[in-house]
Amino acid sequence: MLEGLLIGLQTALSVQNLLMVIGGCLIGTFIGMLPGLGPMSIIAIMIPVAISMGDPSAALILLAGVYYGAIFGGSTSSILLNAPGVAGTVASSFDGYPMAKSGKAGKALTIAAIASFAGGSVGALLLMIFAPALSSVALLFHSAEYFALMVVGLSAIAAFAGTGQVAKALMMTVLGLIMATVGEGALFNMPRFTMGIMDLQSGFGFITLAMAMFALPEALFLVLKPKEMGGGNDGEIKDLRISRSEARAIAPVIGRQSLQGFFIGVLPGAGATIASFLGYAVERNIAPKAEQEEFGKGSIKGLAAPETANNAACTGSFVPLLTLGIPGSGTTAILLGALIALNVTPGPRLMIDEPQIFWAVIMSMFIGNLVLLILNLPLIPYIAKVLSVPRNYLIPFILFFTLMGAYIGQNNATELLLLVGFGVCATALRFADYPLAPLLIGFILGGMLEDNFSRSMQLYDGVAFIWERPMTLGLLAIALLLVVLPSYRARRARARAEGVADGD
Amino acid sequence: MALDRWIALVLLGVCLAYGYAAWFTMDSGLAPFMRRNPIWPSTFPKVLSVLGIVASLIILLGLEKGEEKELDIDYRRLGDYHLGQALMLLALMVAYALCLRPLGFIFSTSAFLILGSFILGERKWHIMVPIALFATLVVWYLVQQVLGIYLRPLPGFIGG
Repeated sequence: MLEGLLIGLQTALSVQNLLMVIGGCLIGTFIGMLPGLGPMSIIAIMIPVAISMGDPSAALILLAGVYYGAIFGGSTSSILLNAPGVAGTVASSFDGYPMAKSGKAGKALTIAAIASFAGGSVGALLLMIFAPALSSVALLFHSAEYFALMVVGLSAIAAFAGTGQVAKALMMTVLGLIMATVGEGALFNMPRFTMGIMDLQSGFGFITLAMAMFALPEALFLVLKPKEMGGGNDGEIKDLRISRSEARAIAPVIGRQSLQGFFIGVLPGAGATIASFLGYAVERNIAPKAEQEEFGKGSIKGLAAPETANNAACTGSFVPLLTLGIPGSGTTAILLGALIALNVTPGPRLMIDEPQIFWAVIMSMFIGNLVLLILNLPLIPYIAKVLSVPRNYLIPFILFFTLMGAYIGQNNATELLLLVGFGVCATALRFADYPLAPLLIGFILGGMLEDNFSRSMQLYDGVAFIWERPMTLGLLAIALLLVVLPSYRARRARARAEGVADGD
Repeated sequence: MALDRWIALVLLGVCLAYGYAAWFTMDSGLAPFMRRNPIWPSTFPKVLSVLGIVASLIILLGLEKGEEKELDIDYRRLGDYHLGQALMLLALMVAYALCLRPLGFIFSTSAFLILGSFILGERKWHIMVPIALFATLVVWYLVQQVLGIYLRPLPGFIGG
């Protein structure tokens, strides 16, 4: 492990990679601050740049930097404007915005930055401990278990989708898997479902799909319904210091939430949003009575909890990506796609075959968190000016960057038409409250899922691998439970609620 | 019927067409020796089509009840939002896709940026035009020179 750490440090501390971290964090903060643009869109827009650099560690470091930057930028706009740019920072606005309104914007930003820093660093530390252990277990897996594990991941994403959403999330996952089968697969050497169209021969472009699913609908939503900007206290960010007693008050919160956030982040489908809400709720419940009153009115604990949790969860979501090659969230799915485009296959072999990538990413997490704390925080008053860029200029540029991203990936103008077409479909799906992340995760996992499925079918000459390998059977049973359980529980809860209503 | 169930109906159609292709038409071109394989190119799609049909039927028939959620945009009142602007921007994007090759990158992109902000209601030409031109040239320089991806800068008939 020590050897790995040194390799990682050596890679991460090269001038180029340091610039990547700093640049990524700044770009991420910049764009993440804009209401309506989440980390997924930003990363999707940055992918063509990252891929054309050609160096997988630099690319992953850049994209990871953009990721934390975006989360940090999102909390800045939640605090200053009550307009969260990212779903994971909605809970930060509960207490951050009241603090900013009462003139303590600087203090709120500092607390957010320290909490993010601590959450991210503890998360990276835990990642360092758990990832090697998990991947040595994962090395024992055969393709049958991989297939089952991916099924578990996909069903967990559906299961965490929320009440009334399980079928929709499942539908979107299946649709993503269906889209992944279009084109010529490596396994069979025959084009499938191309309908004779030459442009579909190589399948749908992953970047095009990512842009169409996230960046384009978000931009269209900004056009359709302009979010109210302003109303905050612009330009009056001063007094970034916090007192010693405040630091002492938030320290235990940060400690608890780093751990809790990390482990929630590791679960597929949970991620930063759930971690931040849960962190807020837990801290409110265990706070003393007097402090509970303050939650929602500008409590420093209420700000520190979600900020720590969402950053720790972001780091946690790298565990399944780096050790199993299975993304648990939309963002890590996009990162996985970028890595595959760079000819790196994340998974248990990553740490053995290309340790410099694995360790450099972990090291860059520490560096990235440090950059956010010491570089971004003092710059926030200036970066916040981006919030005053008029949307008349902003939106055409966002649209242009999505188009450019899809174009330079493939150098094919048909891709742009596909982008617009898929973008319209994705917007309609969002109107109807269909989650889009499962579609992309399904699309990215589709190829691997089918490969592993086919390999185990060939090895066992049929579907016998399901019952001849107990671990596969167990994992598939868990997957089934994950899908069925939420709707069963919802049904029971509803039946009970109706029973109570009858009794009254 | 609510929009989500209409969409489920469309997706059901997609899954049925996909399933039809997977179950009935795909295997006809399969070489005889490949038929001895336990896995065919159509095996996985067959499984997917069944799953897709089941999931879309669950949504379509409303078997899973969820609570009404407050959405960002209520599609029933689309007219209340800036629908015209959004549609015009989409049309502009299609036009951009069609013009990018024949008219060259520099002309298409600056026109796209200028018209984009024009559609959104910007009328300050003296700010709009320089910003669009400057951004176009910067992006072209970055993509062409730094990333090394060829973008035809000028219209075809000038020889770009």
